[in-house]
Parts: sequence; C-alpha cells; structure tokens
Amino acid sequence: MATRTDGPARGAQLGRFERVPWRRVILLLLAILIAAVAVIGAYKTLTLPADERYTASTWKDFIVLGIAQGAIIALIALGYTLVYGILRMINFAHGEVFMFGAFAAYFFSSAWEESGFLDSNPWLSMAILFAIAMLVSMTVAILLERIAYRPLRNAPRLVPLITAIGASLVLQNTARGFFGAQSRGFGVPAALEGTWTIFGLELDRIQVLVIITVVLAVAGLSLFVARTKTGKSMRAVAADTEIASLMGIRVDRVIVTTFAIGGLLAGIAAILFSITFESVNFTMGVRPGIAAFTAAVLGGIGSISGAALGGVLLGLLQSLGPALILTGYEIPSAFQLKDAFTFLVLVLVLIFRPGGLLGSDEAEKV
Amino acid sequence: MRKRKVFALLAMVAALSLVAAACGGDEEGGETAATGGGETAATGATATGGAVDCEADPFGCVEVPAGQPIQLASLLSISGDTAFLGTDSNHGVELAIDYLDGTFDATPGQVLGHDVTLQQEDDGCSAEGGQAGATALAANPDIVAVIGTSCSSSALGVADTILGDKGILLFSPSNTNPGLTSEEAHQPFYGRTAHNDKIQGAIVAEYVLNELGLTTAATINDESPYADGLAAAFRVNFEAGGGTITSIEQVSSSDTDLGPVFTNIAADEPQVVYGPNFNPVCGLSYTQGSDIMPEGTVQIGSDGCLESSFLDSVGDPIGGHDYYASSPDVTAFQDGAFFNDEYLPAYTEQYGEPTSVFNAHAFDAANVVFDAIEAVAVDDGSGNLTISRTALKDAVFATSGYEGLTGTITCTPLGDCATDVTIGIFKYNNWPVEGGVDPTDPVYSATKTLADVL
Repeated sequence: MATRTDGPARGAQLGRFERVPWRRVILLLLAILIAAVAVIGAYKTLTLPADERYTASTWKDFIVLGIAQGAIIALIALGYTLVYGILRMINFAHGEVFMFGAFAAYFFSSAWEESGFLDSNPWLSMAILFAIAMLVSMTVAILLERIAYRPLRNAPRLVPLITAIGASLVLQNTARGFFGAQSRGFGVPAALEGTWTIFGLELDRIQVLVIITVVLAVAGLSLFVARTKTGKSMRAVAADTEIASLMGIRVDRVIVTTFAIGGLLAGIAAILFSITFESVNFTMGVRPGIAAFTAAVLGGIGSISGAALGGVLLGLLQSLGPALILTGYEIPSAFQLKDAFTFLVLVLVLIFRPGGLLGSDEAEKV
Repeated sequence: MRKRKVFALLAMVAALSLVAAACGGDEEGGETAATGGGETAATGATATGGAVDCEADPFGCVEVPAGQPIQLASLLSISGDTAFLGTDSNHGVELAIDYLDGTFDATPGQVLGHDVTLQQEDDGCSAEGGQAGATALAANPDIVAVIGTSCSSSALGVADTILGDKGILLFSPSNTNPGLTSEEAHQPFYGRTAHNDKIQGAIVAEYVLNELGLTTAATINDESPYADGLAAAFRVNFEAGGGTITSIEQVSSSDTDLGPVFTNIAADEPQVVYGPNFNPVCGLSYTQGSDIMPEGTVQIGSDGCLESSFLDSVGDPIGGHDYYASSPDVTAFQDGAFFNDEYLPAYTEQYGEPTSVFNAHAFDAANVVFDAIEAVAVDDGSGNLTISRTALKDAVFATSGYEGLTGTITCTPLGDCATDVTIGIFKYNNWPVEGGVDPTDPVYSATKTLADVL
C-alpha cells in the first residue's frame, strides 16, 4: 500500500520538477548576470577618480560618432533587409554594390578637388556625387540580380547564398583590376570641414550631414513602401510571392525594383562613408557589409525600421560600449574588444528574440 | 535557350573580371619569372655531387643538372593592400638576377653557368597566406632558397617553420619583428637583411624625447606582429628615456572607423600618437586622428606607412597636425654612386618609381644568397651542381662585412644581417617614395647597432 501511495506522489513531484522551464530559467539567470556585469562596469566607469574619468565632451563625441557611423550602417542594412524581405535571401555582394558607388564618385571628386569645383560649388558638387554613386550602385545591384540571382530563383536556398559570396569576390577583384589595390583619398569640400553649433552642441559638419541624410532617406523609403503602389506590391510579394503573382503583380519587376532601391541607398551610404573616412579602396565594402548584415539581424531582418534601429544601435554599441562598460573593469586596450562586445549583444538579443528586436519572433533558417 | 544566354553572359563577366584582375596585377608589377620561365628542373639528376656528402646533411642537397636553371623563389605580399611592398621587393630580386652579369641590361645573368628562375608566391601579408605559400614552396624539392616574407605575420611561426623543417633558407628583405630573431623563436633557416625593429623603435623614441621634446605618448597598433613588436619596442625605449605612455590601444587592420579609439586616446591628452601600422590604417589614423586630437598633437608611423598609397589617400598635410614616419634611411646609402648611377635608374626604367624602400634590401638578400651558392655549390666537372642545404644556410649566416646597397651586411647567429642600421624620420609629405614632395631628406637620422638598444 505504502508503495502505491508513494508512487504517484513521487511521480507528481518529478512532474513538477520537469515542468520547471529550465531553459528559460538558465537564460534568465544568464541575462541577469550579464546585465549585472554591464551595470557594474558602467557604474565603475562613471565613478572613476576625476582625473581618469571621461569628460562630458568625450561622451558626447562617443555618442555622436556612434550615431553617425551607425546611420551609415543602417542605410546599407536596408539593402540587406529589403532583399531578404522579398526573396528570403542574403545578398552578400551588397557591400560591393556600395564599394562601386564610392569608386565612381571618387573619380569625380578627385578631379573636381584638383580643378577647384568641389570648393567653389560644394552643394552642387555633393548633389552630383550623390547622383553618380546612386546611379552606379543601382546599376550594379540590378545587373547582379539579373545575371547572378534571377537564373537561380527556384534553386535551393543555399545556391543563391553561395552565388552571392562568389559575386562579392568577383566584384571585389574586378574593382581591384580596374582601380588598383591602393587606398585613394576622397575629396571633401572645404565647406564641410569644421563644426556647426546646434542647440549649444558643437558637431562635426560631416556628421550632421550624415545624420540628416540618413533620416531623410529612411523616411522617404518608409513612405515609399507604405504609400505607393509599387510599395504595396513589394509588401504583397514579401507576404506571399505566389499569391501576389496570382493577383497580377509582376514579381520579377518588384524584385528588380527592390534591388534598385537597395542600390540607391547603398550609393547614398557610399558617399557618406567616403566623406567621413576620406578614403576608398577595393575592400571597403567588406567591413561595413558585415556590420550592416549584423545590424539587419539585430533589428530584425526583413523589417525596415528594424534595420534602421539595428544600424544606429550597432554604431552606438561599437563606439560607446567598450568605453562605458569595459573601461570600468580596467581592461587594457578596451576598443580592440568592440567586435566581441557587439556580437555578444547580438547573440543575447537573438537568444531572447530570435527574430531580432523588431522582427517576428519566429527563428528562420537561412 | 534563354538560360543558356544568361550563363554565357555570366561566364563572360567572370572571364572579364579575371582578365581585369590579371591586368591589375601587372600594373603593380607582379611579373613572373625574371628569366622568362619558371619551369621545374628535371628531377632525379644523376650528378653525384662530387665532394659533397649529401647523406651527412639531414636536409639533403639540391641537384641542379647541367643546362637547368637554379630555382630561387620569393614569398612576398603581391596582392591586397600591401601588394606595393612585395612587388617592389620582387623587383629588387629580379634586378639582382639581372645584375649577375655585371650590368643592368634587363638580360638575366647566371650563377656558376646556370640561369636563375624566380618562382613568385604570395604571402598574403597574413599567417594563412604565409602558410599556403610556404607549403607550396616546401613541396618543390628543387627550390634552393626563398626570399621572403614581406610581412612578419607570414613568417613568424609559419613560413619560417614550414620551410625550416625542409631545410630551405628563408631570407627576408622586409620582416622587422624582433620575435623572428629572438632566442626563443628563431628558426635555424631564417635570416633577414631588413633591420630589427628594436632599433627602429629605439630611434623613434629617442627622436620624440630628444628632438621633439615631447614626453607623453599613446600607441595604437593593429594585430600584426610587425605593428605589435614595433609599438612595444617604442614603449620600452620611450619609458626608459623618461617618457610616459598614456594609453595602449589596438585596432584591427580592417577597421575603418577609428573615431572611438582616438576619442578614447584624446581623453588622456598625449602629445604624440605612435601608430606603426600598414595602410590604409595609417592614412585613416592621420585623417581621423587629426579631426579628434587637439591641434599640435604629433602622429608618427613607421615604414609600413611610408609608401605612395598613404600620399594618395591623405593628400596635402593636415594643418596643425604633423605626421612623421620612420624608415630605413635610404638617403644614407642613396648617396652611394652605385645606387644613384646604376641601381635606381635601372629600377626606374624597368618598373617605374619604387613604391617602397625595401627593394634595396631584397637586392642585397638575393646577392648574399647568390654568393653563398657560389661558395658552397659543387660542380662535378660537367656542369651538374650539388648544393648542400645546411652548407648554404651556414654560408649565408657566415656573411661578414659584405658591402651591400643598404650598408654593410654581417649576419648574427640568430639571423639578423642588418646589424648596423640607419633609421631616418621623414616628415609628411617629404617622403622618399613615388608622389613624395621634395626635399625628401629625413628630418632626423641616427645609426644604431643591435647591441646599442634595449
């Protein structure tokens, strides 16, 4: 009898034990631990002795640099996210689309720098440079879609992914062949050098231009996707390609449009990047490409606002993270850990929200 | 049909890009074998090697049958961002082959009646590149010696070990990392005509403290052993001389955004930022660092920065921010009649302006190897040569008082052959490379031996 009564009781206990969501508990503990490490690090940094502490102006610099860099990454990330939204494919050659735009503009900017046109007509020349980079990046993106991706539209998912990596290498080496391996200086109009004082804050003119341009571009894109007929078609194709096609939407045209828009944004990013870092070379698309892909995943790939948020967040993490958290622990050369730090945050975000910050919660295999 | 068209188009684009890439290589001077062919010598030669006891040499001998070329190889950075360094050194080796007949006439000379071919491999300026290139070369039993690598990262623990295990001499014109010739890490078959960065770091520290009169400095280096070793050598000497290091920062060679790092450095207000890296990081440091650091802060780079692409990417000097780069003082040996009247005109005629200063070190390295081959190769009387690998290495290491282009070359047992080194400090943009603005003389120059430095 005793065994009979014991049995179910023990079973019930075991059941309760098993019902505890251990995975979530461990993740929660991990999150609490990491949050504690971050908070303590930040507290230690902010309470360093006065002579070792960062000044308010240094913090402002970290934040503005982070936002400006993040804004450029966000523009590139939009290219990844738009294509992913429509085709469920990662266009790894997008960094090279960006690089070609920068190179095209470089030839004009260096010629105009010599002739003095860049300094005598700064705004006109910047407008033309934007137009050139956008046109070239868009053309490369469209050609890429037409030549490398469209023939593989119905192939298994891994095939276009590998093709994208191959296309990226082909484009890089083409640029190396045509333009050479060395870095070249990108001409910047004198009117953009120096600072502007806005709301009492002294801000680098280029950073102001970068932030304003990116805000306008993201707003424009959001309006385009939300309000226009083409935007509606894009959303329809993203929701369900087959049904969209049955409803009379020309899917191929929508896909080309998506690549073209991604290219236009990459062209804008190329100019902003080139005037910020004043240098172009054939591998310049690799690092921002990886950063932008990361930003798109962080924000929720497929989501436009997610890509924008992910980009700015990534820029801030890279610029502010090591200074705010690692300095407190007196880690030497804290900035060498900025990538490790950023990816730690990415992993954490993905553990708790597999779809990214603003994406759907469903994890999806790529 | 439509699919076929698309594929044809795709194939054409791929082919075009390959052609373009190949053209780009040529433009930077990545030509193949100086003697117009890199064919492998017939193996299984029957020469007995005369008096050489190949059995006694644990690494055996290289047999060069009569009528076959002596195969030299280079393992230099000939692609990517540092291609300027390796292609320039390859030109130095090719000129040494050209000069074997006593004239620079674009007609290669001979060693002991044999042509010399140069098999060019890429070190990729990375450990992976060094491993791939060294493995390819180690698989060829006819390679007599290798001139390389360009970058210390390709040699340290990678190419020096892979080739050393086969008894193949690796002789570098431009590796400067102190570790390569340290007691702990030196590989028996590794030597160099490039200077040891202990000397370069010491002279830069001396210049900052004594000539510029500045006493606080930050260092910023990428992940390469070259940059890391040089920054460390600078810090040791700077602190020993009474200076203070305010911060030690590290970046990645692929970083483009150096703003946060410089903001962090600026918080400690150093008077000098020492960044002995490669381009494009050097150029980015100068432009971004000048935006962030207060006016008057001096930036200093090293020989990895002192090249044409820095000039291309930066343009005019930035007002209020001086930039200097240290480098072997080429003017110290450029005053020599042979360099000015024969070597440099020949280089310029065949390849255009030098893109780095290390072609002269490569010229010397190749000549030391040729002399060593002449000293140890045994001819069996019918033109068949036998070269003992260990004897060849010993002959190179025994080099003493050799009057080279870059100065007097005397090898130490640990492989440092540039023991008496003159380092110059060059102010931007008076640099002695293509695109540099006259006068391209150093603002400071000092000579030290390895024994003089810490």
